[in-house]
Amino acid sequence: MEKSLKIAIKELNFFYRDFKALTDISLDVYAHEVTALIGPSGCGKSTMLRCLNRMNDLIPYSRVEGRILLNEQNICDPDVDVVSLRRRIGMVFQKPNPFPKSIFENVAYGMRVNGIKDKAYIAQQVETSIKAAALWDEVKDRIHESALGLSGGQQQRLCIARAMAVKPDVLLMDEPCSALDPIATQKIEELIHQLKKTYTIIIVTHNMQQAARVSDITAFFYLGKLIETDVTDTIFTRPKLKQTEDYITGRFG
Amino acid sequence: MYKNLNRTQKRRKLSQFIMFGFFRVSAAINGIALLIIFYFLVARGWRAITWTFLTQPPMDSMTRGGILPCIIGTVCLSLGAIIAALPIGVASAIYLNEYAFQGRALRIIRLGINNLAGVPSVVFGLFGLAFFVVYLKMGVSILAGALTLGVLTLPVIIGATEEALRAVPETYREASLGLGATKWQTIYRVVLPTALPGILTGGILGLSRAAGETAPIMFTAAVFFTPSLPSSIFDEIMALPYHIYVLATAGTEIEATRHLQYGTALVLIVLVLGLNLMAIIYRARLQKRQ
Amino acid sequence: MEKSSHTGKSRYRTEKIIRITFFCISLASIATLALITIFLFMEGLPIFKEVSVKDFVFGQYWYPTDEPPDFGIFPLIIGSLSVTGVSSLISIPLGVLTALYLAESASASVRQWVKPVVELMAALPSVVIGFFGMVIIAPFLQEVFDVPTGLNLFNASLMLAFMSIPTICSISEDAIFSVPTELKEASLALGATKWETISRVILPASLSGITTAIILGMSRAIGETMVVLMVAGGAAIVPTSLFDPVRPMPASIAAEMAEAPFRGDHYHALFATAVVLFLFTLLFNLAADHISHKYKQVGASTL
Ligand SMILES: Nc1ncnc2c1ncn2[C@@H]1O[C@H](COP(=O)(O)OP(=O)(O)OP(=O)(O)O)[C@@H](O)[C@H]1O
Ligand SMILES: [Mg+2]
Repeated sequence: MEKSLKIAIKELNFFYRDFKALTDISLDVYAHEVTALIGPSGCGKSTMLRCLNRMNDLIPYSRVEGRILLNEQNICDPDVDVVSLRRRIGMVFQKPNPFPKSIFENVAYGMRVNGIKDKAYIAQQVETSIKAAALWDEVKDRIHESALGLSGGQQQRLCIARAMAVKPDVLLMDEPCSALDPIATQKIEELIHQLKKTYTIIIVTHNMQQAARVSDITAFFYLGKLIETDVTDTIFTRPKLKQTEDYITGRFG
Repeated sequence: MYKNLNRTQKRRKLSQFIMFGFFRVSAAINGIALLIIFYFLVARGWRAITWTFLTQPPMDSMTRGGILPCIIGTVCLSLGAIIAALPIGVASAIYLNEYAFQGRALRIIRLGINNLAGVPSVVFGLFGLAFFVVYLKMGVSILAGALTLGVLTLPVIIGATEEALRAVPETYREASLGLGATKWQTIYRVVLPTALPGILTGGILGLSRAAGETAPIMFTAAVFFTPSLPSSIFDEIMALPYHIYVLATAGTEIEATRHLQYGTALVLIVLVLGLNLMAIIYRARLQKRQ
Repeated sequence: MEKSSHTGKSRYRTEKIIRITFFCISLASIATLALITIFLFMEGLPIFKEVSVKDFVFGQYWYPTDEPPDFGIFPLIIGSLSVTGVSSLISIPLGVLTALYLAESASASVRQWVKPVVELMAALPSVVIGFFGMVIIAPFLQEVFDVPTGLNLFNASLMLAFMSIPTICSISEDAIFSVPTELKEASLALGATKWETISRVILPASLSGITTAIILGMSRAIGETMVVLMVAGGAAIVPTSLFDPVRPMPASIAAEMAEAPFRGDHYHALFATAVVLFLFTLLFNLAADHISHKYKQVGASTL
């Protein structure tokens, strides 16, 4: 399969007030691949991810420089319509955050706000998304009950289903498994393998094994800089830089 | 499905724009209303405020002269109220926040406080009359009025103190207890000093609330007119809010004393809002420091 | 060893005494509430030797000083309910929208200025607002609407709205503000606009808090005394238009108490009116409490 460039980050700098959280980041993300962002806590992985769907717009004292090209369109441009951008770039957060609504309504939400009224389409799409999130069998009998009654792992898969229901191009996942037990984590990892056929996925993780298992490309961040990026196998077996090697082997400090 | 959404997209943006417009307009209406009130009171009241006005008693059946007894009365009443309510309020808050366990007793106490906060001011007035003035035989006096106002400010103080106590980080308590201090030592030496500024803010807010109330002192402390300044806590007294009411509704020369009414209202506002501003600014400073 | 266990015991006892002392003091509020109830009833109940409860509450005529007197507070109750109702038509939208403005739309620097404005509104003494309504708003209304008196239901409602907006606004704002950011972000990340996020996620999640705010605002309006005493007009009639003068319960009590002969029928009738007023506000407050406890705000999911 021909690799096609999905997102190109070009010389990106990001500031919280005077604090420079990202320095000169340039990174290419290819369609239908999983790109993992790794690095020690506070190195700017979440910040990077939140630049991609302009979630950082919510932080009034933040500022971004540089360009991020999504399908060759610069999404950092102030004229970009963030609302439709966020529809195209889905996000799954670290902590599962279902709305206090029914399971069905959670998944239907994105479609409803995007003006889709066709009930049959919504119902069918909800089912497809929940199935795609490998959750259907567990919830099919209580689809109209509150989503808050689900377990943490189920809630997280619901959030993934919710993100998929609006048919984004790209899925951003910020440590999606950090609040989950190994079994739930495994389910989500399997899910990521499936989803990669349809979506371009960028995942932040603290778990080296996870990055090695699920990703095609790994990018190592340190102190707001992108230190090294390569095919995952290469990064984990023959990293070019000492810093990277230290981090992935746990000799970091 | 998402291809032809341009129209929807426009409509969504428009509704967002309109609703946020509503938000802004409502906020503006409040500000404007407040400005209008200030404008009239200041524009028509400031000329009445002279040295004589502030330092002389009323003269010629309250058609001339000043409001000194009213100022003194309001100060006495509100200070009295705070002296009565502050210790009780702070102690209640300490119990609720530091000692009490979640449970029915706590729930009922809170319910009591919430309902006390909701009692209409005129009902406080009647209660003060029936209980302090008549039953406890205090008569119409500073003492009865101050206690009535004290009851009224109790919930204010409890609320503010609880907020201040909640803001004390749990780690402080753990650190102190971990060093072998008892609960009370921890509260007394660590929690209260940390919360003190917040508690004082609450006290100031209570003071301003007490100073501005009229109905509770109507039957318990305030009179139309007394020629002399109070000499004991069992004296009747004049007070700013009641003075405004009397001049504006029952004076002998309502129209002729308008400037006195505006002047008195302005003095009361400056007093009450001054206290409030103090509290607001003080609190903002505290928050910045934390 | 002996000794230390001894001090341990006495220390334990001191702690217990302190704890119990604080507990007793914390009962002061509820004890006062009980005393208020007792004394209101004690002074109010004797009137029911003269008139039945039904005639008192539903009696159409309030002529307490006539011979023979009429003690029917129905017009006063309607007066109270009507000013409360009309004022909430103004204060609920303004209060909630302002809260939304503060919590969701204002920038930090604007917020820093608008919040104190709301707090100052709350702090204005009621007698000053009553005075303002009397000398500024009343002549204005009289002129603009060409009505016999500017002291009427509408004027009182306006002033009461002004007084309950801060209550509604600040409690609603707390409720809105405490909706977890995660929920907000989840909605925005799905491509919802800010307004869609507010109407579909934030408002439903903070509904119980906002309801509580509204009820407490109305409770404040119904119990507010000086404003209705000074600007409602004082006629004990059931109003038929927005510009009729009315005599809400607190106004009646405050205006007549000073002249009512001590422990006469009129005096008892006023206390009984206060009982009715007290029960109304108690009802409002219990409802608010019930709602805020029963429908605890739903936060972010817990694992
Ligand atoms: N809202 C904010 N305001 C100011 N500084 C922030 C904010 N959010 C993050 N930062 C700072 O930016 C830096 C990068 O934060 P970020 O959350 O991107 O790190 P991270 O790599 O995701 O860490 P973790 O693995 O712990 O989630 C940190 O130093 C952090 O303190
Ligand atoms: Mg992070």
